[in-house]
Amino acid sequence: MPAVSKGDGMRGLAVFISDIRNCKSKEAEIKRINKELANIRSKFKGDKALDGYSKKKYVCKLLFIFLLGHDIDFGHMEAVNLLSSNKYTEKQIGYLFISVLVNSNSELIRLINNAIKNDLASRNPTFMCLALHCIANVGSREMGEAFAADIPRILVAGDSMDSVKQSAALCLLRLYKASPDLVPMGEWTARVVHLLNDQHMGVVTAAVSLITCLCKKNPDDFKTCISLAVSRLSRVGTPSSSLGRQELGHGHHPSWFARRAGHSARCVPFISPEDAAVKGRLVECLETVLNKAQEPPKSKKVQHSNAKNAILFETISLIIHYDSEPNLLVRACNQLGQFLQHRETNLRYLALESMCTLASSEFSHEAVKTHIDTVINALKTERDVSVRQRAADLLYAMCDRSNAKQIVSEMLRYLETADYAIREEIVLKVAILAEKYAVDYSWYVDTILNLIRIAGDYVSEEVWYRVLQIVTNRDDVQGYAAKTVFEVRAPLEGVSGRGQWSLAPLTPTPAHSPPVQFSLLHSKFHLCSVATRALLLSTYIKFINLFPETKATIQAVLRAGSQLRNADVELQQRAVEYLTLSSVASTDVLATVLEEMPPFPERESSILAKLKRKKGPGAGSALDDGRRDPSSNDINGGVEPTPSTVSTPSPSADLLGLRAAPPPAAPPASAGAGNLLVDVFDGPAAQPSLGPTPEEAFLSELEPPAPESPMALLADPAPAADPGPEDIGPPIPEADELLNKFVCKNNGVLFENQLLQIGVKSEFRQNLGRMYLFYGNKTSVQFQNFSPTVVHPGDLQTHILSGPLAVQTKRVAAQVDGGAQVQQVLNIECLRDFLTPPLLSVRFRYGGAPQALTLKLPVTINKFFQPTEMAAQDFFQRWKQLSLPQQEAQKIFKANHPMDAEVTKAKLLGFGSALLDNVDPNPENFVGAGIIQTKALQVGCLLRLEPNAQAQMYRLTLRTSKEPVSRHLCELLAQQF
Amino acid sequence: MQFMLLFSRQGKLRLQKWYVPLSDKEKKKITRELVQTVLARKPKMCSFLEWRDLKIVYKRYASLYFCCAIEDQDNELITLEIIHRYVELLDKYFGSVCELDIIFNFEKAYFILDEFLLGGEVQETSKKNVLKAIEQADLLQEKTETMYHSKSFIGFKKAY
Repeated sequence: MPAVSKGDGMRGLAVFISDIRNCKSKEAEIKRINKELANIRSKFKGDKALDGYSKKKYVCKLLFIFLLGHDIDFGHMEAVNLLSSNKYTEKQIGYLFISVLVNSNSELIRLINNAIKNDLASRNPTFMCLALHCIANVGSREMGEAFAADIPRILVAGDSMDSVKQSAALCLLRLYKASPDLVPMGEWTARVVHLLNDQHMGVVTAAVSLITCLCKKNPDDFKTCISLAVSRLSRVGTPSSSLGRQELGHGHHPSWFARRAGHSARCVPFISPEDAAVKGRLVECLETVLNKAQEPPKSKKVQHSNAKNAILFETISLIIHYDSEPNLLVRACNQLGQFLQHRETNLRYLALESMCTLASSEFSHEAVKTHIDTVINALKTERDVSVRQRAADLLYAMCDRSNAKQIVSEMLRYLETADYAIREEIVLKVAILAEKYAVDYSWYVDTILNLIRIAGDYVSEEVWYRVLQIVTNRDDVQGYAAKTVFEVRAPLEGVSGRGQWSLAPLTPTPAHSPPVQFSLLHSKFHLCSVATRALLLSTYIKFINLFPETKATIQAVLRAGSQLRNADVELQQRAVEYLTLSSVASTDVLATVLEEMPPFPERESSILAKLKRKKGPGAGSALDDGRRDPSSNDINGGVEPTPSTVSTPSPSADLLGLRAAPPPAAPPASAGAGNLLVDVFDGPAAQPSLGPTPEEAFLSELEPPAPESPMALLADPAPAADPGPEDIGPPIPEADELLNKFVCKNNGVLFENQLLQIGVKSEFRQNLGRMYLFYGNKTSVQFQNFSPTVVHPGDLQTHILSGPLAVQTKRVAAQVDGGAQVQQVLNIECLRDFLTPPLLSVRFRYGGAPQALTLKLPVTINKFFQPTEMAAQDFFQRWKQLSLPQQEAQKIFKANHPMDAEVTKAKLLGFGSALLDNVDPNPENFVGAGIIQTKALQVGCLLRLEPNAQAQMYRLTLRTSKEPVSRHLCELLAQQF
Repeated sequence: MQFMLLFSRQGKLRLQKWYVPLSDKEKKKITRELVQTVLARKPKMCSFLEWRDLKIVYKRYASLYFCCAIEDQDNELITLEIIHRYVELLDKYFGSVCELDIIFNFEKAYFILDEFLLGGEVQETSKKNVLKAIEQADLLQEKTETMYHSKSFIGFKKAY
């Protein structure tokens, strides 16, 4: 913990936060908060005028209460008052409150705007920045109206400080995004473009963000920025130039800028003939980036490569955006190919995603296709559902006539085990690919039927209608389709069954006699839903037309009371009408009425439309349109690329009874998956009703309505089988006891049960340690998937950036034979002082049953003790130096073991400190000294142990330079006697 | 960037920053949903997920999750870098930052974020400059603070 307080010393606030944290229950917390609210309210209302400091403190408390999730309905006025304080800290808190808790109370907005206006005019850069931050944070229309005209002036004023310019640029950007009409374009725009040449990297970055957004809407005003951006980019891109070095030297990240500049270039329509030179330079830059990405990394840190790869991915999207440089596109594809098998999941995900867009370019499509095996493998083996989804997307994008069979069959295979969340989408994709690239109809029909067999519940109506359309339009398919359907339909039920019933009668199948067909159909009738039964009735009347010999049987069915008096109006009506039709009409009339359906007019596949709806506007269509093979001879005679036409059943479709079918309900399984997740992951702090409720349209401005898509698909990418956020379980109950055995010794048996024995041997020197763990299989059966892992549990005190201990482990063999022992070496480095030991989690399969065990690794802070010898005089001098009450920890406790001086000595030495003789006036007492070595700091420790043989008690006193260390050592050691 | 959330492994929200106008109700709903989604993911899964029409980028540091929502054209790796940069800033400022620092000095965490990101865009790319700005503010602060407080509280951080 840092020695210096960075808090601004609002003691009352710290006490209040401590109180809240100490509350044992939600009720206690609410009670404490209400008490505080009452207190603050009375202070604000009181007769005595509050000083600035108190006002600031109370406003800060209110803010904290709000951030805990409680509503705040007062204090705004006091916060506004703070704005006009001339003390920076009060002003700052005031602004923070306003930006977090603003409401559009018009009275207050006027006051706030006044205060902001004053600060903007103050010419004090820190005040100006605060005001600009506030405008940017609130970003409301009222603020836009008040300041949109002023900010450009501040931005381009010659005497504005860099920090003010930065804030002004981004502030303006925010206002422009919120209400573009309020920001007038003017002569300032030309001057903003020149900020790209600014010396200060932060100004450039902020300006690029602003320009990127502005030039999307006003390309003409910002034409000049392209060449500036490109030249700036080329200077950053080539580190040999002095500017590049200079920028790196200042600790700036060129990546921010590089990506921004690239971004802005992407937003401006490119006019190639005029700007050939500029374009040439840009291509050069892009090549440089690609080359640099190939260089071996200078540092192994993930962060470093993140920055580098971010530039690479940004470059690739720029290359894709121009889509005119075949060489670059192919190179980009090859470089992405290397990432497909990278060990970082993040990079695999991004590579799959970027490649998806590359696949849509005619130049790189072939190059993408070469990675098909890797992608298929990813689909099968990736552990993360979001990555698998990317792989499925990419397969879809790279599919063409040459590889359709392979891709479709792989996707079908994947569908059998796919996550519920993405099944429906995969079904749609398979259906589209099968249709688009079918070479023969039997393959198409087989594929679709397979699809239904594997994922019946997820095959939506659209897929069905589409199959019907296609089969209806093709005489030659009908025979095959009907026959296949007839053969496989017996095991099929549910939604998917519906289409089958209507398919069957399209063509007589020679293999089976009509009565047999009919009885097969009818045998399932009572199991079907109302909609399906309606379709069936239509089918029956067609049977009568085609096969007069079935007429009597069918009329009997129609006449049955369960049909004629059916509770469902639709069924009843059909039964009555068909019965009458069949008895009244002559054969000719019947034949005319039930004439074979005319082919469907050509129009966009309804499935494609559905996929686009699911993907949001534009996402699907770009892919599909770009990739269409013009010479392709689709089954359906080519799909019209008109995204706006959403197919509706044509009037003729009613003959098949399509109209009668109700809109499909959301697949029950995906809705169920959401609920399941709620149950499983309902953490202690989580609210009970976390499931997505579709009726509350939030983020509605951002999202086009997609009423039919099941919520769970978008909201819950995590598979339902997840065990929880942590990979490892809590330590076993006796873990603390086991740990205590190792406080004063380094070797021994850490754990033993009937299956497994874990032995430990360790040595420590300064802040480093090496530990050997021996895992012994006590059974005669092989352990499988044996995997011991070490993790450091994060808690409130854990430093965020890195844990206090760096533990390197080597993998051990996944199999441990019966009676055998495997050894694992751990290299441990202590970076800072710590209180909780790392956890050792051991998992394996024994006779098929998974076993899991979590222990505390015997690494305690005292292992990093370095004994220090010193004379009595030195000892007492240091003892006195550590005299602050919090530097000392003391414990008086009863002896748990016989009080033997030699054993005690051995324990203290084992604990790690030096034992100092002739220091304490009482020879019975023990005195020790040592230094705890960590990488970050050293902690000097002095200890004194006073045994009282008569009372069978000890008194243990520790003094160290760090309070938590004193307490922790005292606790550890006290348990040893 | 549309918003940034910091929450603990137990699902407690530690900091929220919204760069798009949303009602309190919507904010609460988004937070609930995202916290739940992110906490349900396993450690080795990738840091990105599609959520509604946004991309979520998150990373866990010790007990804290940092979670950002970005738009379609934004770069995921840059966002990870932004998160890391913010953590580094907190770390530098507090000196080995831990969750408690952020709980007790939430206003500082906000100030640092405001210096670093503005309106969802990176404002200052240099760590040094951000910290300089914050330290200057602290200096301004202490001049006034000392009038109210004895130095016993400043200069020694209580272990809670």
